[in-house]
Amino acid sequence: MDDSISCKCNWTSKYLVCLVIFLSGALWSSRDVLSNAAGATTKAPPVNSPAWTQVSPKPQTQPLPVFTINYPRIQVPFEITLWILLASFAKIGFNMYHKITIWIPESCLLISVGLVVGGIMYAVHGMPPAVLTSNVFFLYMLPPIVLDSSYFMPTRPFFENVGTVLWFAVVGTLWNSLGIGVSLYGVCQIEALGLKDINLQENLLFASIISAVDPVAVLAVFEDISINEQLYIVVFGECLFNDAVTVALYNILSFVATMPEVETVDVFLGMARFVVVGLGGLFFGFLFGFAAAFTTRFTAHVREIEPFFVFMFSYLAYLVAELFSLSSIMAIVTCALTMKYYVEENVAQRSCTTIRHVVKMLGTMSETLIFFFLGVATITTDHEWNWGYILFTLLFAFVWRALGVFVLTQIINPFRTIPFNFKDQFGLAYGGLRGAICFALVFLLPQNITCRNLFITATIVVILFTVFIQGISIRPLVECMKVRRTNRKLGTINVEIHKRLMEHTIAGIEDICGQWSHYYWKDKFKKFNDRVLRKILIRDNRAESSIVALYKKLELQNALELLGPAPSDLSAAPSLMDLQTKRNFPASDLRNMHELLSKNMYKIRQRTVEYTKKSALPNDSKVREILIRRHISIRHSFRVGSFPRTGVSKRHRFLSLPPRKNMESRSPPSRPSYTSENLLRAPIIFRHGTWIPVATLDLLILCSSIVLSAAELNNTIKQIIFRSRLFSTLFGFVRSASYTLPPGLASLDNAEGPGLEDKQSWKMTLHPCSGSRGTDLELEPLSATSSVSQLQRFSSRQERPLQNRYHQPERREHELGQQTSREPIAEGLWGQPQRDSWTAHRYSRSRDEHRPGGGNLPPSAPTGWAQEPLIQKGGGSQNHLNRRPHWRPHNPHGPQSPGQVD
Amino acid sequence: QTYLFQYTFAVTPAHIKRLYKRFQALDKGNKGYLSPQDFGSVKELATNPIGDRIIGAFFSQGQETVDFHSFVRILAHFRPLDKNRAKRPDSPEPINSRISKLRFAFQLYDQDNDGKISRDELLQVLRTMLEMQVTEEQLESIADRTIQEADLDGDNAISFDEFRKSLEKVNIEHKMSSRFLH
Repeated sequence: MDDSISCKCNWTSKYLVCLVIFLSGALWSSRDVLSNAAGATTKAPPVNSPAWTQVSPKPQTQPLPVFTINYPRIQVPFEITLWILLASFAKIGFNMYHKITIWIPESCLLISVGLVVGGIMYAVHGMPPAVLTSNVFFLYMLPPIVLDSSYFMPTRPFFENVGTVLWFAVVGTLWNSLGIGVSLYGVCQIEALGLKDINLQENLLFASIISAVDPVAVLAVFEDISINEQLYIVVFGECLFNDAVTVALYNILSFVATMPEVETVDVFLGMARFVVVGLGGLFFGFLFGFAAAFTTRFTAHVREIEPFFVFMFSYLAYLVAELFSLSSIMAIVTCALTMKYYVEENVAQRSCTTIRHVVKMLGTMSETLIFFFLGVATITTDHEWNWGYILFTLLFAFVWRALGVFVLTQIINPFRTIPFNFKDQFGLAYGGLRGAICFALVFLLPQNITCRNLFITATIVVILFTVFIQGISIRPLVECMKVRRTNRKLGTINVEIHKRLMEHTIAGIEDICGQWSHYYWKDKFKKFNDRVLRKILIRDNRAESSIVALYKKLELQNALELLGPAPSDLSAAPSLMDLQTKRNFPASDLRNMHELLSKNMYKIRQRTVEYTKKSALPNDSKVREILIRRHISIRHSFRVGSFPRTGVSKRHRFLSLPPRKNMESRSPPSRPSYTSENLLRAPIIFRHGTWIPVATLDLLILCSSIVLSAAELNNTIKQIIFRSRLFSTLFGFVRSASYTLPPGLASLDNAEGPGLEDKQSWKMTLHPCSGSRGTDLELEPLSATSSVSQLQRFSSRQERPLQNRYHQPERREHELGQQTSREPIAEGLWGQPQRDSWTAHRYSRSRDEHRPGGGNLPPSAPTGWAQEPLIQKGGGSQNHLNRRPHWRPHNPHGPQSPGQVD
Repeated sequence: QTYLFQYTFAVTPAHIKRLYKRFQALDKGNKGYLSPQDFGSVKELATNPIGDRIIGAFFSQGQETVDFHSFVRILAHFRPLDKNRAKRPDSPEPINSRISKLRFAFQLYDQDNDGKISRDELLQVLRTMLEMQVTEEQLESIADRTIQEADLDGDNAISFDEFRKSLEKVNIEHKMSSRFLH
């Protein structure tokens, strides 16, 4: 108990700690928590719990113990950790074998495991862990779940359907509560059931508990089969907001239920209270949402605590709403929706990722635990079974839900652009699973309710029935009924392409129409937002800042990603590469093409389904694409400007190799004139941390040596080789290119922290004439402080012998340390950034076309080329590399090009 | 004039009012017509891969301006089809019919207006839509495949009829309708 108190006093401790401590409270206090109101517990001063006092009574006379076990001291957090781990392991287990989770929702599996564990506990020591029996559930377990749902709420579809969502959430829940409550009351009047003692208020209270839908399982299914967006968002939003409604209703009714007599005034007071509770929650949500946004405005220098504010402010909103007995769920939902937009613009990209991860992690964990405990509690609580009541509850829960959906859709449909058809309504009605909220609420019932145990049993039965029967059957049913989906079926390629074109068209047309002004107030809000809110809440508010800021953030992110592990979308690479070779299209290729199309087409904003995965973090590939597009357009403009493209390219795989004719007829390499050498050696220092545009390469080609940060380097080095060939055609003395990498670069791949790309910089030198016909790209790490002096030293080095001397040891070192250095480099630089190399590849091709004689190349590589593939982790990317020989870096073990021999 | 709009484009006065507002908002400097630059100022269109083509669709051959009348006429293509509307036998094909929606899409491909989507035209569209991840070769094989699939008369191009046939099963009315214009 006192653990939870101390937590309340010190609210700044993290959610995770809260979660842990909550569970301690839950485990400890089966007895007296229920009677304690939240307010009462806060007053009690923190005292030592029995567990702590047990530690001390050791007699002083005993000698110093060499080895002691002090289990009671750690018992509570220890057991909680084990519980969490157990639940997590179960979750891992289900996901190991994917087919299980397709057909049986995860919540079912978790409950089953919970049932088993509960059974074991029941059999072993009879004393079950007291789980979820306190309102601590509402303080520590519910907030993460709600925060998770609301933070990842797809904003746009939500606001497009906000009316319907609220209609179903508020009116639908009231409808269900009233309907179920009244009809159960009617059933209670039947003599045979012997339930005369349950009065109307108690029935209504029970009905309010039972009417909260929590379709986690359904959402997962809907996501998976990509059901139409409207249905999805309504189910999503409904479950979020009707939690709020239910809790508010529950609070009112639990008060009413204990009243001896209910008068008409009380009914109106109850209604008024309902409104106050809702609006109050809304108010605090906005308040703390804006507070959070405003705070993150000033966190530029304390990046490490940025994510904290999101959690603390949303939790604060929740607690303060709870303090005033307002709708805390409403508060946290509003808070999350409000701050998300501003906070994500204020915080650093990394913090943003952290926020998302932690929100998702906490939410998932809470949900997992709740379902798990639900299973345990099913076994270990005292049940009171009454066939009649329970069966009628089941029946009414289903009937009123269905009726409610049908009636409410009839009313709302005329106001909707895309009305719900019968199948949608079925999905909506059948998706009304009950879950965590019901479970928690029913355990919160005051002890003086006569049929508390019956209510608990009935609730658990309803939950189990809906989760198991409806949860498992909804996928086959929805699939069988062919509920409208966001179509992702395999059509012909024509259909695929044309449909995408149409989507783009509609997106464009809606942009032209100004889609956000769909609702008048939305337009107004946007103006208000731009003029006032953004100025106050966002640190860096410039004109068009949303786009610029996004780009900036994305650029940074992209730069980081180049260093990080390969993004998932590259998994498509092998299949794409297979595609290339075959020119006639077997059936499997058709599939590949579809995959290629559907994966790679530029996704437009609004028509793509913006599901937030319940089970996974949303990926931001879409925004990344915008960024990539921008880079491409930069490249494009560059290309158009300096190397006007005249014709459509013909198919040449090895265009970037110089023509053999040229190679053979080339005169012995002559040293370039001193003037050009001087030009080539002119150093250019780039500011660290800026994205180096493609122009860098041209500078490099012109100037031959640049200082780069690691991220820039990583991006640039891939393009350098073929550019150097362009160089070769210009100057006619370079035949092949290779690069040497200092062993230090190997660490580049492992580096994820800010240190490397920010502080370390690299000197990149292009040696056009080292050796007879090779271009050497030389990389050397420069410390930030000494970069200038080093550079000067380098730039003054103009004698060839010196250069070679410089080269030799380095290369040997490279060969020796190849196990450590080459492998990661190969992977990091060549394996992953597929898209860049694609574009670069094309870029090189388009260039080469303008070279004299560039059109007819033998497809075989000249002798100087390293032929064996690089050591790669994935076979797929190896394949990928094999087909692009001009991309391969020089392999120290391969046949040496003449350039490196001397 | 409102009546004229209603009759020809099947748009309601409310639409016209709204669209007129938007038209004025786009029309920088109150010229009374829109130029391509006005469309270009729509930020979101810049990221739309076929944004240029969409803008181009508003301007008939050789013209540099579009007045409100034509603006509405183009947008009327994207009105959802009203099933309940009594079909007058004498009335012409409504502008938001399936076929005119299809034709609009077709013309986005067919930039040279020869009534056929040639391989090159298809390639251009594909290139803009799939630019960065795909090699030219892959693009070409996709284009080949697409044409192979749709081409019925063997002229290595997709005519409007072929285009229509290939999209027979697609719910064009839904796909090519904007909620805004409802």
